[in-house]
Amino acid sequence: MSSNDTSAASVDEIIHEDKNGFKVSDYIGPAITFGLFIGLWYFISGVVLPEHKRFLLPTPHEVIDEGFLVWRTGERRGLQPILVSLWDSAKIALIGLAITIVLGMTLAVIMSTRRWLERATWPFLVAVQSAPILALTPLIRALIDGTQTQRLLVVVLISIFPIVSNTLFGLLSAEKSQHELFTLQGASRWVRLTKLQFPAALPNIFVGFRISAGLAVIGAVVGDFYFREGGVVGIGAIIQLYRNRLWGPELIASILLASALGLVVFLFFGWLSRVAIGKWHTTNRGQ
Amino acid sequence: MVTGMRSSSVFDMQIGTNMTQQHASALLDFDNVSMTFPDGTRALEDISFSVNAGEFVTVVGPSGCGKSTLLRIASNLEANTGGTCSVDRDSIGYVFQDPTLMPWRTVQRNIELIAELHKIPKTERQARAEEAIALVGLKGFEDKYPRQLSGGMRMRASLARSLVMKPKVFLFDEPFGALDEITRERLNDEVLHLFQSEGFAGLFITHSISEAVYMSTKVLVMSARPGRIIASFDVPFGLNRSHDLRYEPKFAELCGEISHALRGAHK
Repeated sequence: MSSNDTSAASVDEIIHEDKNGFKVSDYIGPAITFGLFIGLWYFISGVVLPEHKRFLLPTPHEVIDEGFLVWRTGERRGLQPILVSLWDSAKIALIGLAITIVLGMTLAVIMSTRRWLERATWPFLVAVQSAPILALTPLIRALIDGTQTQRLLVVVLISIFPIVSNTLFGLLSAEKSQHELFTLQGASRWVRLTKLQFPAALPNIFVGFRISAGLAVIGAVVGDFYFREGGVVGIGAIIQLYRNRLWGPELIASILLASALGLVVFLFFGWLSRVAIGKWHTTNRGQ
Repeated sequence: MVTGMRSSSVFDMQIGTNMTQQHASALLDFDNVSMTFPDGTRALEDISFSVNAGEFVTVVGPSGCGKSTLLRIASNLEANTGGTCSVDRDSIGYVFQDPTLMPWRTVQRNIELIAELHKIPKTERQARAEEAIALVGLKGFEDKYPRQLSGGMRMRASLARSLVMKPKVFLFDEPFGALDEITRERLNDEVLHLFQSEGFAGLFITHSISEAVYMSTKVLVMSARPGRIIASFDVPFGLNRSHDLRYEPKFAELCGEISHALRGAHK
């Protein structure tokens, strides 16, 4: 407490921010889980799998030697063809995600305006989310021309639900008294949306982004299985090729890189979220 | 229509007739206002009183008696089902029970918000916000976010946000109920100070009798639901009030009178 009574604010306690410095303890956890993961991998490929099935899961050092450290050998083996395919799928995933974000957020805004619209739309969204989209591949092929468009459609269908549900939840999360403050000033629906509901929804919207980003990568990889023309294109297609030929190290390397793509996109949106709303939004873990 | 008639005291307690008079200069006037909610709940009945410029009227009453509904009717958040409530709705400042700050805006930008919604040009609303920030003692905290402030400072920011529009009528819906006593008393002083310097008409809702007496020029006591005004007390102290007033016998005596009336209000 300050003894200065002229400025009352100086007496009020200021809540200080946490210092976000480098902490060794933040990195111990991930290091331990990574070590356990590698250990488990060696255990499965060296101990659990019988000798004649070991090609299904080569050991980590075999994967590194043959999948990552070979640039290119013969027909589509080595890191270079994997990276080319990964880049192709990454483009589809990112463009698809961009479409999903625009479409999903627009849908959520529309749903937030009227309760009956929300009720009319929900069942279809849930159905889209739970439907086995890939069982519909013949239909998609019949209705839509162009491999790229087909692949994008799969990405959008697989990744749209979390964007819509999180955005909608966020748009409806502003407090009643905050709404009344806007009502008292005669705010229009647009002003209410842009200056109250949308900013209030941002934390949820970013959660939606992160979930959908991961799903978009899955959508792109899985879409590659079914939609391609000519030779091998996306990472899903090259995974299929390696699987069919039982090229274990390359298969595992390409799967790891596909996962890494998902991880990178996930981390990117986590970073974006911290930059955009970290100053005012906090998450609490209790003690 | 006014019940709970009690003998007059040294505090010049006014009953009934005076309250129903129309005041030509009234900035806020309730005339036989009643409110019945769609589910049939009668919230308010025959409410008549007015608040003039330079008057600070506080309403006390049991929980759920419809005190807040009075403010909601005055500000048009709710439409009364009977009688008339006249007020210049473009000139109302409304302070909510909670500070209702936008967590994504800094203190400065929160205080500009209402002005922004009224499309006041940026430079002017910034200047006005600065003035309001100085008035409520938040200088130096302009760039903080609400989560970095204490409860009392958040309430100050909320006050400043309304001050920016220089309202002629200020409605306070139990704004300091969640604060600790010292902070609350300090904010009482600040609102009182603002009341003196800005000269608005104030209508204040509270549960605290001493807060009511300390802040007001007049205290109204409401009955339990359906809310009716059952007693009115003029507060005889001049506006230059200081903390010591709370410990003077005449202050305690008036609080006692109001408390007595309030006890009668509880069923």
